[in-house]
Amino acid sequence: MSEIIRWTAAELGAKLAAGEVSSVEATQAHLDRIAAVDGDVHAFLHVNEHALDAAAEIDRRRAAGEQLGELAGVPLAIKDVLVTTDQPSTSGSRILEGYRSPFDATVVARSRAAGLVGIGKTNMDEFAMGSSTEHSAYGPTHNPWDLDRIPGGSGGGSAAAVAAFEAPLALGSDTGGSIRQPAHVTGTVGIKPTYGGVSRYGAIALASSLDQVGPVSRTVLDAGLLHDVIGGHDPKDSTSLPEAWPSFAAAAREGATGQVLQGLKVGVIKELPDSGFQSGVASSFHAALKLMEAQGAEIVEISAPHFEYGVAAYYLILPAEASSNLAKFDSVRFGLRVTPDGGGTVEDVMSLTREVGFGPEVKRRIILGTYALSAGYYDAYYGSAQKVRTLIQQDFDAAFAQVDVIATPSAPTTAFKLGEKIGDPLQMYLNDLTTIPANLAGVPGISIPSGLAEEDGLPVGIQFLAPAREDARLYRVGAALETLLVDAWGGPLLDRAPILGGNR
Amino acid sequence: MAAVKLIDFDKALELFEPVLGFEVHVELNTETKMFSDAPNPANERNHDAEPNTLIAPVDLGLPGSLPVVNEKAVRSSISLGLALGCSIAESCRFARKNYFYPDLGKNYQISQYDEPIAFEGSVEVQLEDGTLVTIPIERAHMEEDAGKLTHMGGATGRIQGAEYSLVDYNRAGVPLVEIVTKPIFGAEHRAPEIAKAYVAAIRDIVRGLGISEARLERGNLRCDANVSLRPRGQEKLGTRTETKNVNSMRSVERAVRYEIQRQAAILADGGSITQETRHWHEDTGTTSPGRPKSDADDYRYFPEPDLLPVQPPRELVEELRAALPEQPVARRRRLKADWGFGDIEFQGVVNAGLLDEVEATIAAGTTADAARKWWTGEISRIANEREVDAASLIAPASVAALQQLVDAGTLTDKLARQVLEGVIAGEGTPQQVVDARGLAVVSDDGALIAAIDEALAAQPDVLAKIKDGKVQAAGAVIGAVMKAMKGQADAARVRELILERAAQ
Amino acid sequence: MLARIQLSDDEVTQLTGQLDAIVDNIAKVSEVATPDVAATSHPIAMHNVFREDVVGQTLTTAQALQNAPDADGDRFRVTAILGEEQ
Ligand SMILES: [Mg+2]
Ligand SMILES: [Zn+2]
Repeated sequence: MSEIIRWTAAELGAKLAAGEVSSVEATQAHLDRIAAVDGDVHAFLHVNEHALDAAAEIDRRRAAGEQLGELAGVPLAIKDVLVTTDQPSTSGSRILEGYRSPFDATVVARSRAAGLVGIGKTNMDEFAMGSSTEHSAYGPTHNPWDLDRIPGGSGGGSAAAVAAFEAPLALGSDTGGSIRQPAHVTGTVGIKPTYGGVSRYGAIALASSLDQVGPVSRTVLDAGLLHDVIGGHDPKDSTSLPEAWPSFAAAAREGATGQVLQGLKVGVIKELPDSGFQSGVASSFHAALKLMEAQGAEIVEISAPHFEYGVAAYYLILPAEASSNLAKFDSVRFGLRVTPDGGGTVEDVMSLTREVGFGPEVKRRIILGTYALSAGYYDAYYGSAQKVRTLIQQDFDAAFAQVDVIATPSAPTTAFKLGEKIGDPLQMYLNDLTTIPANLAGVPGISIPSGLAEEDGLPVGIQFLAPAREDARLYRVGAALETLLVDAWGGPLLDRAPILGGNR
Repeated sequence: MAAVKLIDFDKALELFEPVLGFEVHVELNTETKMFSDAPNPANERNHDAEPNTLIAPVDLGLPGSLPVVNEKAVRSSISLGLALGCSIAESCRFARKNYFYPDLGKNYQISQYDEPIAFEGSVEVQLEDGTLVTIPIERAHMEEDAGKLTHMGGATGRIQGAEYSLVDYNRAGVPLVEIVTKPIFGAEHRAPEIAKAYVAAIRDIVRGLGISEARLERGNLRCDANVSLRPRGQEKLGTRTETKNVNSMRSVERAVRYEIQRQAAILADGGSITQETRHWHEDTGTTSPGRPKSDADDYRYFPEPDLLPVQPPRELVEELRAALPEQPVARRRRLKADWGFGDIEFQGVVNAGLLDEVEATIAAGTTADAARKWWTGEISRIANEREVDAASLIAPASVAALQQLVDAGTLTDKLARQVLEGVIAGEGTPQQVVDARGLAVVSDDGALIAAIDEALAAQPDVLAKIKDGKVQAAGAVIGAVMKAMKGQADAARVRELILERAAQ
Repeated sequence: MLARIQLSDDEVTQLTGQLDAIVDNIAKVSEVATPDVAATSHPIAMHNVFREDVVGQTLTTAQALQNAPDADGDRFRVTAILGEEQ
């Protein structure tokens, strides 16, 4: 395997800038890797046939003496929830098979402008509904650590692509944990920015008040570099925050020095007892905290009494918004059209198209959401769930009055087996227990690898949460802990992942 | 279709009290749409655009697209709210109104539900005899228009019997203000007239504000008329019907009259009214049932998560209030006095909807009487004949120029009417028509004297009669001279010359 | 059908069972969603986010129609809106 693909994005960017490698070489190396392993992993729904052209263009501009950004020429995998003009965009759904967007998502346009090379579109649960990528209409993605296991979801494709060295960086979206939970189960890094910190324009909406686009990577610094490219105000998204942001890459670099842990107050939530987690998840979490404590961090128990209502509120708000957002898939302007035998009315065509074009999880949530918004239920359902958001925000406010960041395990268990929970949606939903509160409250969250669970040897992630707009704090703290852990492990966690390709 | 029984209007009023209500949709004439920066077809300069050329992604509900509120549309809505005497909300928000229809790109309409921008107002409207009636306004809210369907393959171009329909989304997203009245009591036998006057009042208000083209025939103003009847002495309101899209003032009047007669016939027979929407048929002057109220009316409203609350700053509200033009009723009072018209003359202008035209014509340099005579006389006659708006035929400046030619003696009244036709036919300015058609009065006495001599020679007895003092005998000669001059002579001058001749 | 999805009998049976989950969620949420608590419809409070009334780039008709399942000239085409009996 080419060493190019093992480099972090920051390393690759530096070598590209120094002329030690060309973008065409780097892109080809990743395309070769995809060709070698993606038959097993299935992280990609589409590999960009224009990637080498884009890479050559970056090489040409660099040769012409143009001053390019730190990530210029670096390959980027793009979650299929983001629309792209040069590749199809399906959001993992049959109903959008072959869909071509006439515009790029803002994050895609900004990545393109920064010289990143879109290498392909990654697999996901259909319309981002799921925690395992098993709900993709195009077949599941496999966890590079164990191909029989789920890569998390909904952004399993982006996490697996990065974990399997098919791309150094990826874009994801996180509505209830879809960036952080896949990071947790694949030993990678994922950040859900503050709501409004990254534009949602061009992200095919699941639940508009919860969705947030963010970076997926193997290191905290790489995530920061990508976040710097994609973040910031976008007038096309009304919910985009207008303020200027500090450099997240700079925050990560500062964090890597370790100083930030001295005197850092880390909150641990009383209402999330160890009993709620797989033992290897809980012990990895506590080991990470110990390491931080040893560097001068102070672990403080805090109370977040309303977090336990988060999942219930989430599964009222999400289906309600999703049922409305997905109404546009009606076979009139774009997407699949299925006409009943012998014709039928527009209504018949729409109904059959949606029956055939949507998978079972999507249908389930649309029906539940339609029901939750129906006359007479709005106040009780959606309205009450929004009150829980207020209560959870108040919990966060109270907690952040005491601590700088909150830490939790990123998810209750390590990667489970493909097919294990697909028949039990309620069990599946509990996967997002620790990630959901951040989406409900709009605060940022990061998941970084904390180690391997002793009982199954699978990756575990630790999540940090910070107050709204304090994303930089997550990069500082994340990078600090990452540095300590990588030192302790003697190398990145992904070095311990099985070698893919070749003999399967 | 079974014949619909109607009851005599006066009889209906004897038995029942009509209660009215109106929903008027006003298309704003902003440069761009409500939620996208595509050109607005309700703006004069775009009204004849080709189908699907005024389109931004959000107008088609394309995946990943997002709405952004047009600030000008908000300002126009506030101005309209103020002109309707409404309070302007301290804070209001948008909501999604969910229903499937092929002309709706997202399958929800962004509207306002529980928090409209303007509420609790009233409008003074003036009836044909000058009586003032106050119409209570419940609310005015912002929303977007839907696209346009054309029904094909049927015999009638109507939705019934059509084989398929074509959709043009140019109109999708046009900014609308929906004005909703409270129930209007006490209209009695003037109900139809009040309906018409109300729509005229709204038209005058939005024209005065300059926020809409206000052309009913183009759908810039669309009225839904609610009518219910209750037996005399009964407190409880009767069941109402909503007659949709009555798009001329005459039709509004007719539709209300028709519904009163239709409902009264049913109720008088002991029947009951179905709560439903009804369609107005201009050709037959009748209404027919639309879809009955069903589950399709469960719009599952919820706050639009892609947009933020609108909180009109009080300074802005006061600024817009200060900039309001004179209210139409007050303006009429002033103009009537300025022009020195009597009640009948003034109402004639008002009822013909020609106030603006007359005012502009006077401003361009004619007397009030001359302006009134042209507009309510010859121009209105031609407009009636051609079934078009008088205002669309000719510009006030041209009318003034025409009158100035009469005042200067260049044209007789009769010649001026021919010139008017030339101007309406697009032959140029009045002066250009005079030149091109050679219509100017012959003021060369020599030519006239020659013609008079010829006429006198043909009727030798006439001269003797005149000399005898029978001056009226000159009439026969005048007629002959005018004929010889093809009408291009000033009859008064011809008479003078004949009398001079007889005196010699 | 409000959601415009034709469902098989199996799907209806399954979903009917899962509506209970919604009912459970509402019961759970109702424990704390008391009248004195304000609703948060948007996670970060902002207001008055507007766009200037200036025309931007539009889609070409070809772009608008490029994903259409059916089109006729420059318009989208759909089958009859009303059935025969209507
Ligand atoms: Mg209405
Ligand atoms: Zn409306």
